[in-house]
Amino acid sequence: MIAPDWFRDDRLPHIYCTGCGNGTIINCTLAGVEEMGWKRNETVFVSGIGCSSRAPGYILTDSLHTTHGRALAFATGVKMARPDLHVVVFTGDGDLAAIGGNHFIHACRRNVDMTVVCMNNHIYGMTGGQGSPTTPPGAISTTTPYGMSEPAFDLAELAVAAGANYVARWTSYHVKELTKAVVAGMQTPGLAFIEARTQCPTNYGRHNKLRSVPAMIEHLRSHAMLVAKRDRLVAEGKPVPEGTFTVGELVRRSRPAMGVQR
Amino acid sequence: MSRTEFMQGNAACAEGALAAGCRFFGGYPITPSTEIAETMARKLPKAGGVFISMEDELASIAAVIGAAWTGVRAMTATSGPGFSLMMENIGYAAMTETPCVVVNIQRGGPSTGQPTRAAQGDMLQCRFGSHGDYSTIALTPNSVQEMFDLTAKAFDLADRYRVPTFLMSDEIVGHMRERVTIPDAVEVERPRPLAEGALPFEAGDDGTPGFAPFGSGRAVHVTGLTHDERGYPDTTDPEAHDKLVRRLVAKIESARRDIADYEVVNPDAETVFVTYGPPSRTVEQVMRDRPDDSIGHLRLRVVWPFPEFALKVFPNARTFLMPELNMGQMVREVQRHVDQPVISIPKIGGELHTPAELVRVLEAYR
Repeated sequence: MIAPDWFRDDRLPHIYCTGCGNGTIINCTLAGVEEMGWKRNETVFVSGIGCSSRAPGYILTDSLHTTHGRALAFATGVKMARPDLHVVVFTGDGDLAAIGGNHFIHACRRNVDMTVVCMNNHIYGMTGGQGSPTTPPGAISTTTPYGMSEPAFDLAELAVAAGANYVARWTSYHVKELTKAVVAGMQTPGLAFIEARTQCPTNYGRHNKLRSVPAMIEHLRSHAMLVAKRDRLVAEGKPVPEGTFTVGELVRRSRPAMGVQR
Repeated sequence: MSRTEFMQGNAACAEGALAAGCRFFGGYPITPSTEIAETMARKLPKAGGVFISMEDELASIAAVIGAAWTGVRAMTATSGPGFSLMMENIGYAAMTETPCVVVNIQRGGPSTGQPTRAAQGDMLQCRFGSHGDYSTIALTPNSVQEMFDLTAKAFDLADRYRVPTFLMSDEIVGHMRERVTIPDAVEVERPRPLAEGALPFEAGDDGTPGFAPFGSGRAVHVTGLTHDERGYPDTTDPEAHDKLVRRLVAKIESARRDIADYEVVNPDAETVFVTYGPPSRTVEQVMRDRPDDSIGHLRLRVVWPFPEFALKVFPNARTFLMPELNMGQMVREVQRHVDQPVISIPKIGGELHTPAELVRVLEAYR
């Protein structure tokens, strides 16, 4: 599973908190890169700001750790200038959907040939646990002390609507499925968006009665529902259980894409 | 052989970039800079380059920086409000030592201001607009020919010093039409490659590290965080921050004599006009109308890093006069380097000083 050749040994130890799910997602992504047979000197990792965005710093390739929210715009420049390079973006829910929302929809619309892995922990982790655009209604954070009062973004649905060629959602529990989705995304020309819901025991779980890592992962597992099952329930006119979210492949298509190497 | 054409300043800027080998343009439409993007949209694909209209100015400069790290020459063009939006990533480019060119066709501000009128209101923003300490290079053309020449030169300076470099033009020069001589080829100076065994952000004696673009197999980690010579974050050590930021500033400031570019008329003069950009054209008119050795002119083609030594070229100077299309931005920089009185001749509203306006001030102070 692990791709040790890709780790920047001299950067360890990493800064992630105990129990953080980001390492799992990095592992799954690197496993995907290995499976694709991409070489280190032809793969570039790009990120914005936040916990997720520190990931490229631990990977032994050229990498661009940019400004908050702008990773996809930087990555667009890299990919369009050098279509022969493989571009993988790590981002988080705050980075991608709040400050980076405009870049997100436009990168999907352009369908730039890159792989975007979003570590969605439903919180601004690095700044200490403030509410983000994916914090579930009612959840407690340092800026939603009475419970989140705004609806949450569904990032994967947003990517589908905006035009990405490949969109999937899994969690840090679904390690094998997530890796397969990363590979499928990398194989699909155009923008591949993979949302990986993940645990943040330090800044999300602590405030929401999910302090233990197993509890958080179990929460993700038990609330994940396969797309096919959800569709079946809807077709049969049965209620979809409250609080569940879909996992699986939401779209794989071949709309015109930019930056595809010919 | 070169060719002569009659063209607009903004078109000449695009031509200068193309001649210098620019192969990536990311931009967002804004008056009065759009003809640069339009020309690039038409010509870059035919030259094997990439033109992309990004979703906003933050994305434009971000894409330019991303492209620059793949080793291509990359630029964007904008005007005041867009320039303001770019500021965070301009600081990122300074911190990460990314060579790139930003063209600002200045218009009247603040805010949306006068989109179709000229100004020189962003002269301090281009030096101090982003947060923290850093230094950059800014060129100020006063003709369509210089839009071509200085744009090409901006790429060389950006590459040599690995710094975002600004072409600080304005609506007057951007939209005026003049004859331009376009050379067949422009000599191009690329960044020094990263030496074998050298660390990615290890600077030599000149303060500028070698450059290893993405894909060259050097696994360079680029971050806007305070970093060590390996490029690894080192954000809490006071010495690491001090060493890095001092070097970023010093590599530009200590090269001010090499970067400087200015014109001197009548060095023995007692009353000296100091100009940059189009107000120099009015001064030239005044001096043509009244040949007089007691009137001098220092015209800056590079304003940052500021070439204070150029002011010493006028040993008999008793007064400096400084017409600017703002309320007196660069005049402060002149004042802090000379003992003589420096008289600001500000003008805002979108029009150039008339010769009569300058003559009035000249008569009052000589």
